[in-house]
Amino acid sequence: MANANVKPLEVVFWLATLLPFVVTPNYLSLASQIAITALFALSLDLILGYAGIVSLGHAAFFGVGAYTAGLIAKHYWTEPLSGLLAAGVASGVLGYALSHIVVRFRHLALIMLTLGLGLLVHEAANSASALTGGADGLQGFRVPAVVGFKFDLYGTTAYAYALAVLFSCFLISRRIIHSPFGLALRGIRENATRMPAIGAPSRAHLRKVYTIAAVMAGIAGALLTHTTSTVSLETLSFGRSADVLVILILGGAGRLYGGIVGAIIYMVARDQFSGINPQYWYFWIGLLLVAVVMFLPNGILGGLAKFSRPRS
Amino acid sequence: MKTTWLAAALGAAALAAALPLHAQGTVRIGLVLTLSGQFADAGNQLDNGIKTYMKQHGDSVAGKKIEIIRKDTGGPAPDVAKRLSQELVVRDKVDILAGYVLTPNAMAAGDVSAEAKKFMVVMNAATSIVITKSPYMIRTSVVLPQVMETFGTWAATKGGLKQNYTMVTDYGPGHDAEAAFQTGFKGAGGTIVGSVRFPVANPDFSAFVQRAKDLAPQSIYIFIPGGAQPAALGKAFAERGIDLNKTKVLGSGETTAEAALKSMGDTALGIITAWHYDYKLDNKLNQAFVKEFYAMHGRNPDFFSIGGYDGMHAIYETLKKTKGNTDAEAMIAAAKGLKWDSPRGPMGIDPETRDVVQDVYIRRVQKVGGELVNVPFDRVPQVKDPAGERRKKQKS
Amino acid sequence: MLASLAGVLFDGFAYGMLLFLLSVGLTVTLGMMNFVNLAHCSFAMVGGYATVTLMNKAGWPFLATLPMAFIAAGLLSIFLERTLYRRLYRASDLDQCLLTIGIVFISVAAFAWFFTSEQQSAPVPEYLRGSVQILGQSFATYRIFLIAVSLAITAVLVLLLERTRFGARVRAAVDNQRMARGLGIDVERTFMITFALGGGLAGLGGALAIQMVGLDPSFALAYLVYVLIVVAVGGLGSIGGSFAAAVLLGISDMAGKYYFPWLGAFLIYLVMVALLMWRPLGLFGKR
Repeated sequence: MANANVKPLEVVFWLATLLPFVVTPNYLSLASQIAITALFALSLDLILGYAGIVSLGHAAFFGVGAYTAGLIAKHYWTEPLSGLLAAGVASGVLGYALSHIVVRFRHLALIMLTLGLGLLVHEAANSASALTGGADGLQGFRVPAVVGFKFDLYGTTAYAYALAVLFSCFLISRRIIHSPFGLALRGIRENATRMPAIGAPSRAHLRKVYTIAAVMAGIAGALLTHTTSTVSLETLSFGRSADVLVILILGGAGRLYGGIVGAIIYMVARDQFSGINPQYWYFWIGLLLVAVVMFLPNGILGGLAKFSRPRS
Repeated sequence: MKTTWLAAALGAAALAAALPLHAQGTVRIGLVLTLSGQFADAGNQLDNGIKTYMKQHGDSVAGKKIEIIRKDTGGPAPDVAKRLSQELVVRDKVDILAGYVLTPNAMAAGDVSAEAKKFMVVMNAATSIVITKSPYMIRTSVVLPQVMETFGTWAATKGGLKQNYTMVTDYGPGHDAEAAFQTGFKGAGGTIVGSVRFPVANPDFSAFVQRAKDLAPQSIYIFIPGGAQPAALGKAFAERGIDLNKTKVLGSGETTAEAALKSMGDTALGIITAWHYDYKLDNKLNQAFVKEFYAMHGRNPDFFSIGGYDGMHAIYETLKKTKGNTDAEAMIAAAKGLKWDSPRGPMGIDPETRDVVQDVYIRRVQKVGGELVNVPFDRVPQVKDPAGERRKKQKS
Repeated sequence: MLASLAGVLFDGFAYGMLLFLLSVGLTVTLGMMNFVNLAHCSFAMVGGYATVTLMNKAGWPFLATLPMAFIAAGLLSIFLERTLYRRLYRASDLDQCLLTIGIVFISVAAFAWFFTSEQQSAPVPEYLRGSVQILGQSFATYRIFLIAVSLAITAVLVLLLERTRFGARVRAAVDNQRMARGLGIDVERTFMITFALGGGLAGLGGALAIQMVGLDPSFALAYLVYVLIVVAVGGLGSIGGSFAAAVLLGISDMAGKYYFPWLGAFLIYLVMVALLMWRPLGLFGKR
């Protein structure tokens, strides 16, 4: 399997993420939203790609993080970094609670349960409109700056902030994947019945990784709140859960970089298609998805791995 | 490798698009709408209204050519709306921000308009506080309390009703409409005997209509969003058969939209609604508008269309006044106090609140020439948004 | 109050029948081939738009368009199965998801292009409108029609499955594909026909749904969630399960809105979560 040494391609990749500052300074807002989505997809990869939990309701944690950050900014203080931590804690608590239900199921029941739980959280937020602002979104707050840097119209600060958080969470994820805990997860994914036989407790592992994924998704949500000073029900929606799942599958699940690659490709494609043809861009995105599946099985990274592996 | 090439190609395209081509003598308008997804029809109808206006009045004004850049938010997504508005200002160098079908999107874009100092025209979003988000913003659509509070007051006074049971959709505009109608109704001496809220994604209204029928109040007030819902509600009415002699049905303009009337059939006769526009309004400007609209787009306009149409008119008139100067301060000064005759009747932009001022029509569904039509039988002229007026009083 | 209970049960049952028609195809194909076809509701859309076009452009009467809706959706199913789907039978669940989501997106854009985003209506004939009065309670005529059609189709499906050789092949393939193949059953061909049947039924459901819930290009995505709920709660591969689940969900949705309107959309999701936690394989699921 993958070894833990840093490959030169990885260094090149992360250096390349600094390019937009110089090469495409007018696209930094988009870049920041790509980074946020990439973090969200990475959190889904932890449970889907590595632990085999297919979730159609992951946006619940993204949204809880987003709303926590927004509510703190509105009622208490507007310092973002502490807001990030608080958001992570809030979504982590929810993740831990729900993990007790989620890890007991598999296959279609698991998918539908995560869908149902996600929809319930969305409904709750809609009903609690006095707290959340309901369909109009949370209003009356603004996050002006992070560590002294003002959030500007060009999105420079937004991208720097989002990228820094993405990179940090990525390093943590990498550590987790290559640790004994990560190996156990992959074991569970491959064969859940056999793992307890060799002494690795499945359910506790799954609950742990589910909670970690929830924390990370919550942090991604908080990032969105801080960089845009907006929160809406859309952050909790089935649409967002479905989008991140599509993005992860597109990039290739279980390959650490799949979520990031998927986010870049999908969101850049969507932005370009939507700009050219705002009414019917769905068509081109659909075509892209079909093409990727037909020619690059197991996502873009999966398909590339197949091509680049030397034929023996 | 394929990904690298794709990334490089996209990068090159992005670079190319980053170079602005702002010819002298052009006014660029960034139009942010929902052109895909659940709210696509609203966005499309709004855009159709804009296209009709430009066909009728040409694509240049005050010696400058009008160029429109269209963007899609895909639905209620304030983060996307904000980013698109930012990009329109920073990358495409637009002079004016316009459109905004949904309230959260309009609110987010308001921040951009205020910070970047750009003239902004909200052509649909109907929540009252939207207008406060930027000092360079005007609205040409409708404000919910403007119609609903007026309707409530009318119902309890001229309408002669004492009791009402409100039924609204459980989301922002629904809550606003409920609050506004109840304020007006209670303020004029009526009593609200109960209320219920429908879930947003509600395909089937029969349970709720049955509930209303069982309670048999003197009158009911309904607010639902456009799209599939009015027709679905209509079917529920037709099936359950509410006796309109026992219970008066009051609705927002959407409840008796064209598609809804078609599916309700004769059971719609007698429903009373309050709204600011109907495609069958009997004046010369509207007849010309509807004719041109139908010829261009193969269907009739609705209130989304008139919001876009009048939004363009406001932009054109403002530009004429500033002689083509697109500086936000000059434009907002020129836009304040604008008055004109629109296919919807006389309307204007309030000089203090910058919000839309217009007539509210009270209509009843009747059969005219074999067709079901919303016939206006009363009119409350030049209504200002009461919520906005209350905000003014609080400040002073 | 008892009369309104009857009304709620009736309306819920009718809504459930609609969900059943839309879902039965998916539960059989998912149960048989384990192929995740998220584009199932696109077939429903095809049927709906077929009806709309035939009625509004060619002046066909409503009832005559229904078989055409079935056929149009069925043909499209066969086309997609032969060209794209069959290459992914061995692929992972996730890849199948991606492919079929891509197809949904394409179909949504295609229909928006051809028909615009406008709400479509299919005005049904007079004798299907209005309501009938039974013991002081009014029952919508169209819902009676819908229930009658759905029950008839259910009967035909059960007969097909239990009494015909084709049905035996279908049941064998659902229960144990490898064994069925080993017995000489042409699983691929059986699947193709079943797929076409399922798609056709979805198309019929889409056509019948117009009068109840309307039609626009976002239908394919909007109803996907409900269909998935019915399939999961009913149990993969079980027609009886789909029927029971659809009825249960339809009635609880209707009853919830009538008796506990403040619960609103919560109820249908709570019911699903509770049922799945109690019976993860679905009400009548086998694996």
